[in-house]
Amino acid sequence: MTVNMTKGQAISLQKSDGGTLTAVRMGLGWQAAPRRGLFGSRTREIDLDASAVLFADKQPVDVVFFRHLTSDDGSVRHTGDNLVGGAGSGGDDEAILVDLQRVPVHIDQIVFTVNSFTGQTFQEVQNAFCRIVDETNGQELARYTLDGGGQYTAQIMAKVHRAGNAWKMTAIGSPANGRTFQDLMPAILPHL
Amino acid sequence: MTAELVRGQNHTLPQTRLEIRISAGTPVVAGATLGDENGRVAGVEWIAHPGSPQLHGLEVSRQAAADHRLAVDLDALPDGVHRVTVLLALPLDAGGPARFGAVASPFVAVTGLDGAEIATFTLTGLDSESAVAALELYRRQGAWKVRAVGQGYAGGLAAMLADQGVDRAAELAGTIQEAVARGLARSVAPPPPRTPEGDRVRHAQAPASAPGSGQPSVPPAPPATPPQPEPLAEPAAPGPINYAHPRRQSTAPPPPPAAPPAQPGQPAQPVAGDATGWSMDERLYNQVWGMFEDLARAAAAYRSAVDFAESRMDQELERTLSDPRSRIGGAGDRAREEARAKRDELTARARESLDRDLTQLAAESAVVEPALPAPYAGWDNPVWHGYRVPMEIPMALRIGDLHLPESADLRIPLLVRLPLERGMWIDSGRTASEAAALAGADQLRRLAMETAVLHAARLLAVYPPNEFTVHVIDPAGSAAGPLDPLVRSGVLPSPPATGAQGVSSVLAHLTRRVDLVQMAIRAGAADSLPPDLDPAEQLLIVNDFPHGFDDRAVTQLRYLADEGPSVGVHLMMVADREEASEYGPILDPLWRSLLRVTPVADDHLADPWVGHAWTYEPPRTPPGSAVLDEVLARVAHARRTGHR
Repeated sequence: MTVNMTKGQAISLQKSDGGTLTAVRMGLGWQAAPRRGLFGSRTREIDLDASAVLFADKQPVDVVFFRHLTSDDGSVRHTGDNLVGGAGSGGDDEAILVDLQRVPVHIDQIVFTVNSFTGQTFQEVQNAFCRIVDETNGQELARYTLDGGGQYTAQIMAKVHRAGNAWKMTAIGSPANGRTFQDLMPAILPHL
Repeated sequence: MTAELVRGQNHTLPQTRLEIRISAGTPVVAGATLGDENGRVAGVEWIAHPGSPQLHGLEVSRQAAADHRLAVDLDALPDGVHRVTVLLALPLDAGGPARFGAVASPFVAVTGLDGAEIATFTLTGLDSESAVAALELYRRQGAWKVRAVGQGYAGGLAAMLADQGVDRAAELAGTIQEAVARGLARSVAPPPPRTPEGDRVRHAQAPASAPGSGQPSVPPAPPATPPQPEPLAEPAAPGPINYAHPRRQSTAPPPPPAAPPAQPGQPAQPVAGDATGWSMDERLYNQVWGMFEDLARAAAAYRSAVDFAESRMDQELERTLSDPRSRIGGAGDRAREEARAKRDELTARARESLDRDLTQLAAESAVVEPALPAPYAGWDNPVWHGYRVPMEIPMALRIGDLHLPESADLRIPLLVRLPLERGMWIDSGRTASEAAALAGADQLRRLAMETAVLHAARLLAVYPPNEFTVHVIDPAGSAAGPLDPLVRSGVLPSPPATGAQGVSSVLAHLTRRVDLVQMAIRAGAADSLPPDLDPAEQLLIVNDFPHGFDDRAVTQLRYLADEGPSVGVHLMMVADREEASEYGPILDPLWRSLLRVTPVADDHLADPWVGHAWTYEPPRTPPGSAVLDEVLARVAHARRTGHR
C-alpha cells in the first residue's frame, strides 16, 4: 500500500513481514507544464535533476548526481540524466538506486534532492512526483507530489537514515532554491 | 591458413582425401552430384543422397542434420568425373523452415582428414530458396580445386537437379525427400549441440585474405562488406520481407550457466561465466571486468570508512585537548579512550564488510580463473599446455594481474581488448616500487626485455597463424639473451635488427606499411595493396631507446606511435624515460600514447571508476616451465605450414 507522505513524516523501511529492506529506488518523474493561450503546444523543456548526498555524521562524503552517476563504493547508482522529463507517461524519468546492504558502514544518512537545472519553478512543472520503491518487489513505499510547489527551484525530498540495524526513511519536503545540489548544501544541513 | 571464400572464388586443394563439414542452424539434407567435364550428371547412379548415400569415393549422411561430415576421396572417383557438386536442401515435411532465408546462414568447410580447414564458405544472401548448390570440387589441368558456388533454387531440389541435367529430376527429388522423412522418423535425438571445436570455426565474415588470391586485404580496415555478387538464382517471388540479419545468429545466445540456488542466509555460489555476453569468452570478459569494478568499489567503501573514522577521532582528541575540564582528573583520558574505541569499532565494522566482499570475490576468482581461455589465462594456467593455434582473434588478452594492498591474494586479470588500441611501454627504469629498488639497473633492463618477450609471445599465440608479426630492434645487440626464445623458435620473420643500418631499415619498412595502408583506406582501395605487403598486424619491439637512434629514427617512432595503431602497427618500447629525457618534451606524446607497464610489481595503474592505485604484476612463466618454448614452437609450426 502506498503511503502519501507529508512533510516531516517518518516511515520505517521495514517490510510487513518484519524483514528489512535491502534495495530502494528513489524515482523522480515530471512533465513540463503547457503554456496557456495561443501557441499552447509550445511547451518549454524542463530539466529536473535528482541527486543523492551521502553523509557520515553530518559530513558529506559522496554525491551521486548527473556528473557522478555511481558513488565510489558502488552502493548508490543514478540511472542517468533525463533532460526533458516524461512525455506524459507518468513513469520515473530519473531514478537513483540504493543498495542498502552495500552502503559503507560510516554512511548514516542519504539525502535525496531535486533541482530544476533549467531554472523553472515547480509551478511550471506538471505531474511531478518523487517516490520510494522497494526494488526487490517493485512495491511503492512512499510518494510525494511536487506540483504546485510554488516559486521554488529545488526541493529536499527525503532522507534514508540508519536506525539501529535497519534503515528508516523520513520525508522532508522542504523547498529551496538552487541549480544543483551544491547550492542546496546549506539548506540540507538543518535536516540532518 | 584457411581461405575464406566468397561466392565465385576458387582455391586449390592440396590433397585429394578430404572431409566437407557443413553446419547449419537447422537440419538440412546434404548430397552430392558427380558431373562430367561438361558439368552434366550422367544419371542417378552419379548422385549421392540420403536414399543412396554411397558412391565410389564419396559418402553422405542418411538423414537430415544440422551438422554433416561428408567424406570425399577424389582419387577414388570414377574416371569420367570432373566435378563434384555439394548440395544442401531443406527437408520438406519436417515442419521446419521452408526457405533458407528463415534460417542461419549455412557454413561449409573443406578440411583435411586431420580436421585442418583448407577453405570455408558461408552461404549468405539466401532468401526463398529451399535448395542450394554450396560448393563445387572440380578438376582443372590435373589438379583439384574448390569453388564457392552458393547458387540457390527457389524451386527446391527438383529445380536444382533439373538444372544439372538429371532426367526425371522431380521424381528423384521426391525419392530423396521420402528417404529423409524416413530418416527423420528414425532419429530420436535432436541434432547434437555444437561442439566447442565447432565454435572455434570462424563464422563471422571477416575480410577474406586468401593465399593465392593475390589480394591481401587489410585486417584493421573498417568492417568490410564482403563482395556479394548478385544471386544467380531467379529473383524470388515477392513475399514477406525477411528482416533477419543474414549474418547474425537467429537464435538467442545460450543462457549463462545457472548458479545453484543459494543456501538460505548465504550469498549465492559464484559461477564462471555469470555475466552477459554472446559467447562464453565475452561473458568471462565481462565477469572479470565486473570483479575488477566490484573490488575497486569495495575497497573505496572500506577506505572511505577508515578515513572517516580516523578524522573523527582526530577531531574528538582535539576537542578533549582544548576542553579545560578534561585536564583535571581522568576525564580527558576517558574521552581519549572513548574516541579511540569509536574509531576501532567503526574500522572493525568496515573491515568486516570488506572481508565479506573479498571472500565472495575470492570464491568467484577461484571458479573463474580455471575456466579462462588461454588468452585470458596466466602462463601458469594448465590451459596453455593444451594450447592450439587459434582460428580467430580473441576478444581480449591478459597482460598482467592487478591487486590492491587490502587484498594481495586476490588477483584480477588485466584484460585489454584486441586488436590493441595502443602500444606498450615497458619501463626499464628505476621506479619507486620496492621490487625495482631491490633489482640492479642491469637486472631491471634484462627483466624489462624478458617481459617484452612474454607479452609478444602471448600476442603471437592468440592470433591466428600469420596474422601477427613481430619485429625487433636491438641496436647494440644487448638483448640477445632475453630475445632468444623468439629467435630460437623461428617466429620472427627476420632476426633482431642491429646497428644504425638495421634500425633505419626496419623503421622505413614499417613507416612505408603505415603510409600505404592509410592511403589505401582513404582511397577505399584496400585490395590494391602491393602483394609483398604483410597483411598481418605488426608489433615492433624497440630495445635500448634512445641509444643508437638518430633524429630521423625518433621522428619515425613518433609517427608509428601516432598513426600505427589505426592501421595495425604497434610499438612496444623497452625504455627508461629518464634516459630518453635528453630529447626533451618532444617525446612526451610518445610516452603518453603508450600503456606503461613495468617488469616488476609496481603500483602505477589506476582503475577507471575510483582511481585507486593498483599494483600491476607482469605475466611470468612458472619457474622451470617450458610452456613458453612449447607455445612458440606451435606458433612457428603454424606459421610455416599455414594452418594448425
